[in-house]
Amino acid sequence: MAAMNGDTLVKVEHLSRYYGDTRAVHDVSFSVSRGEVLGFLGPNGAGKSTTMQIISGNLAPSAGQVWIDGHDILDEPKIAKAKLGFLPEQPPLYRDFTVDEYLDYCARINRIPAARRRPALNTAKERCGLTDVGRRLIGNLSKGYQQRVGIAQAIIHSPPVVILDEPTVGLDPIQIREIRALIRELGGDHSVILSTHILPEVQAICDRVQIISKGELVLNDTIEGLLLRMQASSLLAGMRVMPGEAELLAIAGVRAVEMLDANRVRLHYLPEQNPAEQLVEKAVQHGWGLFELTPERISLEQIFVDITCDEPHVAEAAA
Amino acid sequence: MIFTIAGREMRSLFLSPLAWSVLAVVQFILAYMFLSQIEVFLSVQARLVSVPGAPGLTEIVVVPLLANAAIVLLLVVPLLTMRLISEERRSQTLSLLFSAPVSMTEIVVGKYCGVMGFLLIMLGMIALMPLSLQSGGNLDFSLCAAGLLGLLLLLGSFAAAGLYVSTLTVQPVVAAVATFGLLLLLWILDWSGSAADSRLSGLFPYLSVLRHYESLLKGVFDTSDVVYYLLFIGLFLILSIRRLDADRLQH
Repeated sequence: MAAMNGDTLVKVEHLSRYYGDTRAVHDVSFSVSRGEVLGFLGPNGAGKSTTMQIISGNLAPSAGQVWIDGHDILDEPKIAKAKLGFLPEQPPLYRDFTVDEYLDYCARINRIPAARRRPALNTAKERCGLTDVGRRLIGNLSKGYQQRVGIAQAIIHSPPVVILDEPTVGLDPIQIREIRALIRELGGDHSVILSTHILPEVQAICDRVQIISKGELVLNDTIEGLLLRMQASSLLAGMRVMPGEAELLAIAGVRAVEMLDANRVRLHYLPEQNPAEQLVEKAVQHGWGLFELTPERISLEQIFVDITCDEPHVAEAAA
Repeated sequence: MIFTIAGREMRSLFLSPLAWSVLAVVQFILAYMFLSQIEVFLSVQARLVSVPGAPGLTEIVVVPLLANAAIVLLLVVPLLTMRLISEERRSQTLSLLFSAPVSMTEIVVGKYCGVMGFLLIMLGMIALMPLSLQSGGNLDFSLCAAGLLGLLLLLGSFAAAGLYVSTLTVQPVVAAVATFGLLLLLWILDWSGSAADSRLSGLFPYLSVLRHYESLLKGVFDTSDVVYYLLFIGLFLILSIRRLDADRLQH
């Protein structure tokens, strides 16, 4: 793969994976650059975990290729795997080890030289907030702490690529914030691929979003692009003296008018032609008694549902 | 890398009460057998002196002890090997090794070395019993060494077979039962030889793990016996590696 950009750390091409006749992942291609946090979204059973397991070398693809920093995961597994850290859905923890013992073992199997092992271990513990529990048995830790140990395990050898499968499951809100901050921090000099079904999480920490549905990639966009999609295409207006529909339709940009009740109306407008200003002007001119004006936003949830549910009419409304 | 994995395996074994109880029970049972064998020796000792070329201390005490140890360990090794892969697969910790820069061969050999390390400790404790006789009598050291080597190779074979069976299943108990069945079958294969069924009668006894052990116990060091065990171990280790590799292909 000579043509590969030096800053593309993960490159996936035409990945497919079948379990018998069941198609788990079909023709998925994408790439992740250095310093990028990629959010992988999808409903349960969409193929998120399968894709991540393939990228991390835990599962062989039925077709397609994966390169980690230019090294094919199947042809040069050792070099490629040294460059990635993986947290599976179920953290791979040895419950009868202490945190220190476990992380030391992880450092060893990731071939960290003996001299650098202790600093690496301390850094990982510090980053994941595990400094106080180093001597405790993993099996006795709470779910949140176990999750942190799982993350520490994935970053202990500071790999260029970090793959996290639902890293914030089972954490309390404060821990979630900490882990998100950690992921953002990792995004500085590593590439992070993150799967989740918590939508605000994606908005909060990812640079780019991919939505996978029924094994196929249905959306690949930056967060900015996604926010643009989420922008309002309707206004909710409340007026004491309700004007006629025709008058509202006459306002430039208004596409449709939807009367909600005697005093409230929803105005649909074309993208980039927000009629709010003119509506206010007219309302003042004609004394409509405007008392409420709310831009309606499409939530990420709505986009997610629209895209993954495959209902054309809803998708159109969202566009 | 292999020793890192082996070290973890041994640590895990000793962190569970299983390893300790196995060591204790095996030692207790064999110590009882050892003592009863010494009693036999003491009762016949006087008569043996007058017979020229009569069996000595080693033949009467050590050889039966090692022969019995093999049977006891046939029961015990499946309990030690059952968790090697199946437990990791069940608790989904295998992906830690799969996503680390470690080859399948290193994983399998590492785990094998780990369980062999434990079995060596056990073998050492068993060997202490006959060696203690040296304080009051004369041991035939070469015969002892041949017997211990045989027991070591036998344990190595048991462990390799157990490791392979453990890669086949998610349930440690299933792995234990299947390993036990497999080992027992390999053990009794030579029984059919006595049926004197033409050509096959030579093959089955030859495949029996017991047969090769017996000749070593007699003090006959035949390269083909040693090679049989090494091939046996190699075969099951390679099968294990192939099995783990196949894990990634199908689910």
